[in-house]
Amino acid sequence: MRRKLPLSLHLGAALTLLMVAMALLSLLWTPYPAEQVRVVARLKPPSAAHWLGTDHFGRDVLSMIMVGARNSLAVGAAAVGLGLLGGVPLGLLAAALGRWGDEVVARLGDLVFAFPAVLTAILLTAALGAGAINVVVALALFNAAVLARVTRGAALAVWRRPFVGAALALGRGPLSATLVHVLPNIAGIVVVQATILFAVAIVNEAALSYLGLGIQPPNPSWGKMLGDAQTFLFTAPLQAVFPGVAIALTVMGLTMLGDGLRDWLDPRHRTSGVM
Amino acid sequence: MLAFLLRRLVSLIVTVWLASIVVFAVLQLVPGDPALLMLGVNAQPDTLAALRSQMGLDQPILTRYLHWVGGLAHGDLGVSLTYARPVAELVAERLAVTLPLALLSLIISTVLALPLGLLAAARRGRGGDWAVLGFAQLGVSMPSFWIAILLILLFSLTLHWFPAGGFPGWTGPGWGGGIGPALHALLLPALALAIPEAAILARVTRTAVLDTLAEDHIRTARAKGVGRVAVLLRHALPNALIPVATVLGLQISFLVAGAVVVENVFTLPGLGRLLYQAIGQRDLIVVQGVVVLLALFVVLVNAVVDVACALADPRPANSGQGRVS
Repeated sequence: MRRKLPLSLHLGAALTLLMVAMALLSLLWTPYPAEQVRVVARLKPPSAAHWLGTDHFGRDVLSMIMVGARNSLAVGAAAVGLGLLGGVPLGLLAAALGRWGDEVVARLGDLVFAFPAVLTAILLTAALGAGAINVVVALALFNAAVLARVTRGAALAVWRRPFVGAALALGRGPLSATLVHVLPNIAGIVVVQATILFAVAIVNEAALSYLGLGIQPPNPSWGKMLGDAQTFLFTAPLQAVFPGVAIALTVMGLTMLGDGLRDWLDPRHRTSGVM
Repeated sequence: MLAFLLRRLVSLIVTVWLASIVVFAVLQLVPGDPALLMLGVNAQPDTLAALRSQMGLDQPILTRYLHWVGGLAHGDLGVSLTYARPVAELVAERLAVTLPLALLSLIISTVLALPLGLLAAARRGRGGDWAVLGFAQLGVSMPSFWIAILLILLFSLTLHWFPAGGFPGWTGPGWGGGIGPALHALLLPALALAIPEAAILARVTRTAVLDTLAEDHIRTARAKGVGRVAVLLRHALPNALIPVATVLGLQISFLVAGAVVVENVFTLPGLGRLLYQAIGQRDLIVVQGVVVLLALFVVLVNAVVDVACALADPRPANSGQGRVS
């Protein structure tokens, strides 16, 4: 019987698609050029001409949010993609090698977890200067460590199952067994974790951009927009609301998507999901 | 258990050692002359030479590392270029803001999360459960620094109940302005840090209580006539506290990262603000010292959580791991 898709999966996918669509649309069209400065129109409230108002340079906030979506999602995707490329093979290797491999992955994980991603990004910024690339590297390192642990745990469970033992007895090598039997069986868990990490990456990128260490102006970023808006909180309070809503909706979409996927793949977890 | 504790101690020492290498190595990536980067291109040659000597740049890299690690072991983190004071002194001073902030946010998040998690578990599938899950979903979706800005907007600029930033009486070490005003200044930042933590903890509490409620001893207690509330508080909650404490411990690293940002939203003179300003001032000695201390703190907390969990429930610590082939 076909299992019903959880509501959180529907809602999460809809929100995520909305943000992705907005990011893609910004490649083709924005109401105004996102970097266009019009000092005469600075700090305008929402109106028919500027749906979400303008910032302290007179830039259109909606256009900036649209381009910000593109930047945020790009940083998140790069951080998760690199994390997957580094973490999954490492986790698979640790599970295949057994105790010794386990130990190496566990120690590397401990080391990476000693540095919260924001701290790693600050350290890299101090050495190499601010910029999106350092943020991606810092987030990818953290993601790789998490994904290596998750992959290792899930792969160990698959290695213990009889069909893998049978495949080995029939002459399949460890590499082939890993690729043919282990990887397809853990793909779901890894995808769920990657979705949650995507959400975490969006939050961290915004925090670093708020501090001025992430995406650099004039390229718009939601975090930087919030940082700028704080200065004009008294005169234009809504400017501190819209970019935050964009972050929250994106993160909510991704976490609900991750929760929904987990519930769908493993119904035992239903309504008891824990991040 | 003893073997587990020894293994954990060895792993702690190895991680601390590796963390010190990482911090030291990353700051060696500075392109060009670090002394020139810190002082700027207009620096006098003799000032540059003095700083190079202070940073040990005229010595081999291994000597520099050993010297730095040796100092670290004795609490010597070097001398800040900007403040012309020992970094350890600056850190101790700033901890007087950061530690109470972290502690306050931990207390608020726990006080919020435990009742909410219990309520959700007790009302599973009903309105209360959905309300808590909704709060949790919203809480994890909102970055703490945005919550901080919204709190300033509401409680400082609109209602004028709390200050929008700063720390009263910050003229040197300690809480110069007294406990009351200091707590008044710390409450909003602590709340901003606590809300996302509480959201996660409430979900963990709910799951852990639900898992415990499904166990046989709970059914037995109910069959013996123990009331629903008593079962929840006396049987389910204590058993659910191990996973809750584990997650609480793991949240410390997120708290450290969050504090760095939230302290800057409220311009609180804590460790996070010191670190952020040190980057702007290119004071690499301060950056190095603060980052390594924060990393050591996270490693230590993780180890304490591991050991505490193993003592509370020895099964995972003693169970064998590894591939069965």
